[in-house]
Amino acid sequence: MPPSPAVAEDPVRLAEFEARIAADGSIEPKDWMPARYRSQLVRMMSQHAHSEVVGMLPEGNWITRAPSLRRKMILLAKVQDEGGHGLYIYCGTETLGVDRHDLVQQLLDGKAKYSSIFNYPTLTWADIGAIGWLVDGAAIVNQTMLAKASYGPYARAMVRICKEENFHKRQGYEIMTTLARGTPAQQAMAQESLNRWWWPSLMMFGPHDADSPNSDELKRWGIKRKSNDELRQRFVNLTIAQVKAIGLTVPDPDLAYDEATGDWKTGPIDWDEFWRVVKGDGLCNKERLDARRAAHAEGAWVREAAVAHAARRAAGD
Amino acid sequence: MAPAALFTALCRVGDDRLILGHRTSEWCGHAPILEEDIALANIALDLIGQATLVLQYASAVEGAGRTEDALAYFREAVEFRNAMLCELPRGDFGVTTVRQFLHGVFSVLQWDALSRSVDPTISGIAAKALKESRYHVRHAGEWVIRLGDGTAESHARTQAAVDALWPYTGELFMQPTDEADLVAGGLTADVSLLAPAWQQQVRDVLARATLQVPGDGWMHRGGRDGRHTEHLGHLLAEMQIVARSHPGAQW
Repeated sequence: MPPSPAVAEDPVRLAEFEARIAADGSIEPKDWMPARYRSQLVRMMSQHAHSEVVGMLPEGNWITRAPSLRRKMILLAKVQDEGGHGLYIYCGTETLGVDRHDLVQQLLDGKAKYSSIFNYPTLTWADIGAIGWLVDGAAIVNQTMLAKASYGPYARAMVRICKEENFHKRQGYEIMTTLARGTPAQQAMAQESLNRWWWPSLMMFGPHDADSPNSDELKRWGIKRKSNDELRQRFVNLTIAQVKAIGLTVPDPDLAYDEATGDWKTGPIDWDEFWRVVKGDGLCNKERLDARRAAHAEGAWVREAAVAHAARRAAGD
Repeated sequence: MAPAALFTALCRVGDDRLILGHRTSEWCGHAPILEEDIALANIALDLIGQATLVLQYASAVEGAGRTEDALAYFREAVEFRNAMLCELPRGDFGVTTVRQFLHGVFSVLQWDALSRSVDPTISGIAAKALKESRYHVRHAGEWVIRLGDGTAESHARTQAAVDALWPYTGELFMQPTDEADLVAGGLTADVSLLAPAWQQQVRDVLARATLQVPGDGWMHRGGRDGRHTEHLGHLLAEMQIVARSHPGAQW
């Protein structure tokens, strides 16, 4: 949903609001808030909820093929968690005066965004490891910051979700560790998967700060506490150590350690690819949306039946 | 007690849950509402968890070094012992709901009977699974009533599901003759004794759903002896592909 255009806010209330945020105060649903704050939160939270729901598809793609019963159960539990996160954040978004059904409709209409990472295909079992490790790992870095967001319901949702995402990341890394120590074919599977997921994972943090249109406002209002580049750097520093620990390599010939800052510096990110996928030309953009639309359309008769039955019950029929 | 007979009996119990769990898991991300995506994933997880425990014990009883994973991933379709009801394609939400209900009622009765097994491993698994299966039946039963007593379309779809699945329900209650000693020894339960309670509970819910109970007719049989529909081979091809591509690998 596009943020609403700037409207003239009451300067006194706006000043009070910004002072409260500057003092690290928390904003609750019944508090006064600028229209832009509300619309930015609806945009971010609904995108987050959509991402959880669409994210069930690439991982769900491997539930029926998981190579052991234990892995199958862990993956089922994980994908179930993602659905729960989606539901939880949709409910959180409703505290801002929007309806979950309208948000879902925006997704189905192609008007709402979700994390572009899910427009990449899952091609091997190792991708389930890579997604848990890298994609959930990147999400945790982002969400740990959002757990300190100024909007109370979102911050509280993030605290709870981060706990579960930590399990997801651990199981993903455990899959990759097992593969990396496995047969030559399993090792190759792990490396090939890392090669495909590394750069898209870095893109998950969004454009460089200079090219991020919403960042300044989001930081001023305490919705985001750190910039895209700061978060990306934190993720890279955390992850490179993990890559080395299991004997894999990232597909970046320019990767270098900066002694002065203690940061791992990556080569240039292909922003053309990032924008191409965001704008709809990723391999799976159409498939993901088609899958959500098909589930919605094929489930229409079920939802109608539930409504009809409930109405009949209520009428004492 | 002949380990071979107990092994086969345990495969019959475990394979039902493994194969039905697989079919249920196919819904993940494709359900009519998000709440059902979550519920069906949860039920699939319970079923596969039940299967894992039972197949683990089958593995121990067999004593041939085949783990529960080997049993799930390296047996051929003709070696599976599940009822054919469990392997039929997932169909629409009506088929899935009705199957979950018809098998779920059986499952609760079977776990309840097995919870009184003289074998403490069997009774322990059954006591845990019984609690889960009671929830599955409540969930599926509520949906059967909603769909049967919903709209004209939902009624027609759900009745069609009942009619299509009914001929596969008889097999659930055909007591395999090779389990006679196990039943006599109190290790496993005679499933034929569960039929009256199943009939009563199923008829009660179908009546509340304004659905017709199909008339008596031929009941398909064979799954308990490894004779299946053509669907099982395709299901296993998908389930086993990664494991079989890397024999001996750890995951």
